[in-house]
Amino acid sequence: MDFTLSKEQALVQKMYREFAENEVKPLAQEVDENERFPEETVKKMSKLGMMGIYFPKEVGGAGADVLSYVMAVEEMSKVCGTTGVIISAHTSLCAAPIFENGTPAQKAAYLPKLCSGEWIGAFGLTEPGAGTDAQGQQTVAVLDPETNEWVLNGSKIFITNAGYADVFIIIAVTGTVLDRKGRKTKEISAFIVERTDKGFSVGKHEKKMGIRGSSTCELIMEDCRIPADRLLGKKGKGFALAMKTLDGGRIGIAAQALGIAEGALDETVAYVKERKQFGRSIAAFQNTQFELAEMKARIEAAKLLVYKAALKKQGVMDGTVKEAYSVEAAEAKLIASRTASDVTRRCLQLFGGYGYTRDYPIERMMRDAKITEIYEGTSEVQMMVISGALLR
Amino acid sequence: MKAIVCVKQVPDTSGKVAVKADGTLDRASMATITNPDDLAALEAALKLKDATGCEVVVVTMGPPPAEGMLRECIARGADRAVLISGREFGGSDTFATSQIIAAGINKIGVAEDDVIFCGRQAIDGDTAQVGPQIAEKLHLPQVSYAADIQKDGNTLLIKRMLEDGYMMVKVQTPCLVTCIKELNEPRYMSVGGIFECYDNEKHPMDVYDYNALKDDPLIEVDTIGLKGSPTNVFKSFTPPQKGAGMMLTGDAPAADLAGILAKKHII
Repeated sequence: MDFTLSKEQALVQKMYREFAENEVKPLAQEVDENERFPEETVKKMSKLGMMGIYFPKEVGGAGADVLSYVMAVEEMSKVCGTTGVIISAHTSLCAAPIFENGTPAQKAAYLPKLCSGEWIGAFGLTEPGAGTDAQGQQTVAVLDPETNEWVLNGSKIFITNAGYADVFIIIAVTGTVLDRKGRKTKEISAFIVERTDKGFSVGKHEKKMGIRGSSTCELIMEDCRIPADRLLGKKGKGFALAMKTLDGGRIGIAAQALGIAEGALDETVAYVKERKQFGRSIAAFQNTQFELAEMKARIEAAKLLVYKAALKKQGVMDGTVKEAYSVEAAEAKLIASRTASDVTRRCLQLFGGYGYTRDYPIERMMRDAKITEIYEGTSEVQMMVISGALLR
Repeated sequence: MKAIVCVKQVPDTSGKVAVKADGTLDRASMATITNPDDLAALEAALKLKDATGCEVVVVTMGPPPAEGMLRECIARGADRAVLISGREFGGSDTFATSQIIAAGINKIGVAEDDVIFCGRQAIDGDTAQVGPQIAEKLHLPQVSYAADIQKDGNTLLIKRMLEDGYMMVKVQTPCLVTCIKELNEPRYMSVGGIFECYDNEKHPMDVYDYNALKDDPLIEVDTIGLKGSPTNVFKSFTPPQKGAGMMLTGDAPAADLAGILAKKHII
């Protein structure tokens, strides 16, 4: 096992750090305060190839690798959780399923624009009645034989990037089939829907506890008509496509959680050296030292899981690894998100009263951390995935 | 047409400055960065590339690890690089350095419509001599302290920043321009650029050692390296920080000033 970054990975990490420090960090507090989607940052990231990091140059990507993508989400999330999830949802939940399942025509139509950041991507699976029970889908898609169009009806909620996205992967029910045991179940398929499609609209914008700059909205489809060739992957294979997409997405969210934890620790290390009580800096107290040590060790453990999952996904993409990375992604997300929540809470405690004010970034980081235990599969779902594989 | 950019790897003087017993900088123990004015020079060249599609060649003189800096310049958008490196060149002062770099540029070749960009000065020595000396050695016109550059055919219109104003200068190519930080905002390396900057087929990096340059008339044993350098470093130090100034805005600033000076026992 080799834990060293390649020359390119080390250089890309250096670039991300400079970019995060100069372009992202100065906006983070204001983006949170005003619940503002940082469009200018997305434009800058697009120019640097950060909206299509691990896709090959032939489809418009930057030709880098999965670990470089993970490090982008991590480094941005160190200073701004909102910016981290914009890249993650766009890349893992929209560009990736098109890259992995799209026809040559679909890839040509969407990937260059998604990778260049001209278009932003989103993913619609969750519905008011279908959260962890993702098979409880109510959105339906019916093929109109006369016009050869799919007609979509239904709604999606909590959709990341929704207010600014141009392309959406939408999961919908396309009929009823019998499962292996002969029971009737929903046949689920995936579709590519464009923002400008007739009958498609973006609804209510959610007011959230954290990642407040991220645009989280409802999607509404009322007789939304799309051409037949917008079916993504095979008809009836949409649920598997969604689950596989989420495996990738979880690595992104794990990277976001990791970044939030690291960012909080960085802020805290600087603070405890400055803050004086009882005539000395609070870094001189062993409670502070032990807290920092424990948090640092936990963060490194989480980082290894996140990077390991990224490397396995890379192996699958390169064809050198055959089996899926579902379990590694679930383990990474479970531990990294728990670490983020735990570390930000403990960091805030070290900040004391000042940490509770919005003059310091630590309370924002604590709010941002919580979502990583919830979206793209709650921690409980990750445990179902991990134990499911153990007990299979 | 091409733009040749001279860059230098310098110690990060925002960190701790280490000095060796002989008074010269202990470069090995300090973190390195690309000299900030040189990044402005690179950005000026890349802007010219954006506008004209010209080739951008970065050149530096330094030890082998300077390759890392050259690769970073490629990741920002330069096309290829030249590393001038050899034991014989070690210890060169500005006089010797400019001869060696001028010889290197001779080897790269300067065409009628080429422009050479340098940073105004490096943050380690602050001499601002190497750029102008390269121009003299190559018998090229030079414009220093460029804050704005417009290209029109084979002439450049350059705004030169002076202490109390600016000067507009028109210059014929080939020429050498030294740039100041304020000229532009250097672009970041791009992800795509980083992932091909070590690809020698797309972005070759030539290494010129002593043997590659020794036949150039500029290179003579007694004009390069420590021996050929007229400069002897007496001492290196970090100058003490100047305290913040104070503006007197009251109705009677003269009286206020006299009061402050009296308090400090100066008058």
